[in-house]
Amino acid sequence: MDKQRVHTNPQHYSWLTEQLSPPSPLGAGLGRAFWVGGLICVLGQAIADAGVHWLDMNARAASSLTSITLVFLTALLTGVGVFDKLGKYAGAGSFVPITGFANAMVSPALEFRREGLVLGLGAKLFSIAGPVLVYGIGASVLVGMIYALFFH
Amino acid sequence: MPLKRTGLQTIELPLRPAVCASAAFVGKKEGEGPLGALFDHVAQDELYGQDTFELAEKRLYLDAIRKAILKGGLKPENVQFLLGGDLLNQIITASFSARELGIPFIGLYGACSTMAESLCLGGMLLDGEHASTVVCAASSHFCTAERQYRYPLEFGAQRPPTAQWTVTGAGAAVLSLAPSVPPQAHVVRVCMGRVVDLGVTDANNMGAAMAPAAADTLLALMADTHTRPADYDLIVTGDLGQVGRDLLLQLMREQRMPLEERLHRDCGLMIYDRERQDAHAGGSGCGCSASVLCASLLPALQRGELRRIIFMATGALMSVTSSQQGETIPGIAHAVVLESPKP
Amino acid sequence: MSLLWMYLKVFLVGGALCAIGELLVLRTRLTPARILVCYILTGVLLSAVGLYGPLADFAGAGATVPLTGFGHALCQGVMSAVDEVGLIGAFTGGLSATAGGIAAAVFFGTLIALAFKPRAK
Repeated sequence: MDKQRVHTNPQHYSWLTEQLSPPSPLGAGLGRAFWVGGLICVLGQAIADAGVHWLDMNARAASSLTSITLVFLTALLTGVGVFDKLGKYAGAGSFVPITGFANAMVSPALEFRREGLVLGLGAKLFSIAGPVLVYGIGASVLVGMIYALFFH
Repeated sequence: MPLKRTGLQTIELPLRPAVCASAAFVGKKEGEGPLGALFDHVAQDELYGQDTFELAEKRLYLDAIRKAILKGGLKPENVQFLLGGDLLNQIITASFSARELGIPFIGLYGACSTMAESLCLGGMLLDGEHASTVVCAASSHFCTAERQYRYPLEFGAQRPPTAQWTVTGAGAAVLSLAPSVPPQAHVVRVCMGRVVDLGVTDANNMGAAMAPAAADTLLALMADTHTRPADYDLIVTGDLGQVGRDLLLQLMREQRMPLEERLHRDCGLMIYDRERQDAHAGGSGCGCSASVLCASLLPALQRGELRRIIFMATGALMSVTSSQQGETIPGIAHAVVLESPKP
Repeated sequence: MSLLWMYLKVFLVGGALCAIGELLVLRTRLTPARILVCYILTGVLLSAVGLYGPLADFAGAGATVPLTGFGHALCQGVMSAVDEVGLIGAFTGGLSATAGGIAAAVFFGTLIALAFKPRAK
């Protein structure tokens, strides 16, 4: 049997595919990511400032307060089904801030809850965000070791 | 003994098995689309009264099969084979439905080509007189496919414009040699496709991965039967979407067997209003071609508005594992030639 | 005025970091998970060579809320723990500096997963 009936090659086809696949509109996408992402950071700053001024926190505690509050808000918005709509609108604007990290943990836990509390919810909590922790922590340990061995 | 074969890949069905009845059950979004009024039933939410999305898909599947059997004036015990599949791992929707129906079950996996695959095999079973009545069915569900192949529903990610939307729906067709009701159409020949891969790796561009397989099968059918696209009222593909459709038309032009735009439809482009329904490049999934065939194409053949069509569903045969290992996406397409019972 | 300027800096730097991420989404085939990994690694690296600290001083939450800031916090935690307790700090510093966010995500994630059901878009 003639193995190739559609007489073309992968290079030509890959070129054709690129020609015929519409690209995502760049300007609008960047703009939306910019203003939503910027606003989330402004909210974070406001929470930190509130912690420092009204709750007498030091900078480090205020920074933790910011993280915890943003994570809580994201978890709640994910639960009520609003965060995925925000993510669809803003893209990286909502997943680059810590809100994206929280959404990446809450959404699989919510989705796989029906597969049980241990192997569903418990295991899937880290299915998307796990790599972030693995490489973040791994790299920081490496930096710490180099710092301790060569700069002390 | 003469084989019932024409050319390299085409199989003739001289007994002309009849599609005696069909049914399509779909989800809310599909019900709001341009074909909304044609479906037998539109589920009002994605759980369809069940505890999980998987159970909801199974209920759509079962309901479509039961309705099709009923419309064919039959009972499950009159049906000798259930041929079908779906997109989930180990085709649990189809096999768990078969558990409840008690019909001998032939489970199929052809990704989104499953409806055409089951019609091909069902037609051959009847034409070989190994059965007198079979039912062919396929389904998909947005929520079950999304969690298996992509991201959790509440994960806030964007889809590129080439991405397609998995149809929530099931279609079932009863095929018979001696229908007790006026038939909807006859299966006159089928063309089983080869697996074709032109190196597409982008899981967000399934249409591009499947278009070469569609071109391959269509060229085989044209060569085997000495016909051209203009000899058919319509050539309907399963779920190529806008990008896959454009690529198929371009590939056919390059192979000097041009497929005119007006002769081509794609179920993935028929089922949603893409401007209004946020479906990006169009619908996809086994349930897409199955429900459009059963709700729109078969009734049009029955009324005689269409005389002769090619129903060709395409499938992307990758898995999450193969994608993560960097494999390219192989495509497949099976074609069924359907003719109207009207003279 | 200085408060307004501060918040403007937060907005501009935070927005810019997100816009770079969106550029990766739109013009490469990197998945969100891969982009997040790139961000946290970039954060750790820039912090280790002393570039992220000044950005965080300049833009506050605009630099610390994006995931590069998470990497910066890991890195700063490790380095200050090494200053205090030596080599062992390389292992303890990162997680203790970021414990708030991680524990909150685990705790609230579990709570929300128990309380809500997923739904289609």
